[in-house]
Amino acid sequence: MHKLLARLRLLGRAGLEGFEALGRSVIMLSRAIFGRSVFGSRYQLLLAQLYSVGVLSLVIITVSGLFIGMVLSLQGYNILVTYGSEQAVGQMVALTLVRELGPVVTALLFAGRAGSALTAEIGLMKATEQLSSMEMIGVDPLKRIVAPRFWAGFISMPILALIFSAVGIMGGAMVGVNWLGIYEGSYWGVMQNSVSFTDDVLNGIIKSVVFGFVVTWIAVFQGYDAIPTSEGISRATTRTVVYSSLAVLGLDFVLTAVMFGGL
Amino acid sequence: MELCEDPYIEMQGLSFSRGERVIFDKVDIAIPRGKVTGIMGPSGTGKTTLLKLIGAQLRPDRGCVLVDGENTTTMKRSKLFSVRKKMGMLFQSGALFTDLSVYENIAFPLRVHTDLSEALIRDMVLMKLHAVGLRGARDLMPSELSGGMARRVALARAIVLDPEMIMYDEPFVGQDPMAMGVLVQLIRMLNDALKLTSVIVSHDVRETASISDYIYVVGDTHVLGFGTPQQMLNSEDPRIRQFMQGLPDGPVPFQYPAKDYREDLLGSGDA
Repeated sequence: MHKLLARLRLLGRAGLEGFEALGRSVIMLSRAIFGRSVFGSRYQLLLAQLYSVGVLSLVIITVSGLFIGMVLSLQGYNILVTYGSEQAVGQMVALTLVRELGPVVTALLFAGRAGSALTAEIGLMKATEQLSSMEMIGVDPLKRIVAPRFWAGFISMPILALIFSAVGIMGGAMVGVNWLGIYEGSYWGVMQNSVSFTDDVLNGIIKSVVFGFVVTWIAVFQGYDAIPTSEGISRATTRTVVYSSLAVLGLDFVLTAVMFGGL
Repeated sequence: MELCEDPYIEMQGLSFSRGERVIFDKVDIAIPRGKVTGIMGPSGTGKTTLLKLIGAQLRPDRGCVLVDGENTTTMKRSKLFSVRKKMGMLFQSGALFTDLSVYENIAFPLRVHTDLSEALIRDMVLMKLHAVGLRGARDLMPSELSGGMARRVALARAIVLDPEMIMYDEPFVGQDPMAMGVLVQLIRMLNDALKLTSVIVSHDVRETASISDYIYVVGDTHVLGFGTPQQMLNSEDPRIRQFMQGLPDGPVPFQYPAKDYREDLLGSGDA
């Protein structure tokens, strides 16, 4: 009985701590992105972050997109050719990428590539008292450090997802058309007929906007809230990748159910 | 106390604890305007915490902090940032922005808070750097500086906005004897030339006593004593004497609270 109570208490405490952290993260984000900007030329800070968060992620995103498109095309061809409908490879590749793999895989890669970097950077700034000294200079680190990083991630994600899907479709064409010999006209034609802008492309963009918001929010909050020691920062970085991945996959199911599940 | 008729900072009934551990218990401290005040005490008594309470980076559990007559404990966040412009703080590690050069670090407060022209900013930065003897180091990155140099750059950054008050967190740690002498002079000179109020948190008795007008000795969650350096050095209070004269053990124990040594080593073996 005693042990059971202790377990229950632990569970309760973990729950409370979780909600407390959620509350802190909401307060942090609202302080960061609402209200007057402290720094006049904030767009320059934003540009610098867009470069390091977005542009520097381009390599991993395009290479991954290319390979995923190629694999999809190869697998799709092998299955569809048994029904004699290999012309539909283009449709399959495009729908898979635009609806699912584009937003989801981009978000997962982004969490690993950029999210972890954001967490480590902000956490280290905290550990080396840079955030504290900024506060004492009279500059709000939420506005100066957190806000531009958050917006950069939020803006980059949908663009990266679009690039991922586009490169993937071209990779699919490379394998399907140039290597396996699907008729080029049907690869593109079937794709054009079956992919709708509002139902597929727009829904994919909405997904990646949501993922961009969530992943960047988790990343900046974990950095800002990290315990300022080497162990604390390493745990925060791990948490960023784990929480972001779980959040992306979980939200993807919910969003898919709402968008395509006929709910 | 007649010294504190016009205090720049006043802390009244201040209590602060971290988790279970009480750091300050109903502490009253007044920092006189225009003077150099040393806050001394053994490591781990919360001296740095005290500076963070003054800068309102931490909120006290009870009591209030008045900076130049304004209560910072109940202040709105945005107002707080404008009050902080009147304070400079020198962090123990320097806390320079690692992505900016020495020059840009010192220019940072000017760029954020003023609309000065680039030429004027350059002149001001070079003047402050010259004052700390590092005008030649302007193009270095913080990672290329030694600990002592980083602290001097941070000092230049702390005074670049000409604050009304500067707080020094352990300024003497890790300085070579030459830089130490310069720094001690610099703190005094800055205070008198710019009519500042200075607060030095330190446990270096000799250096702090040599430049402070007044000294607070804190320890064991309380203020143990307050007075001129001479008064403190000659104090009869055994706890103050132990600290000021550097006696290894006395009323303030050298050991962090623990159970009996003998019992710990030979005891039940529950470890």
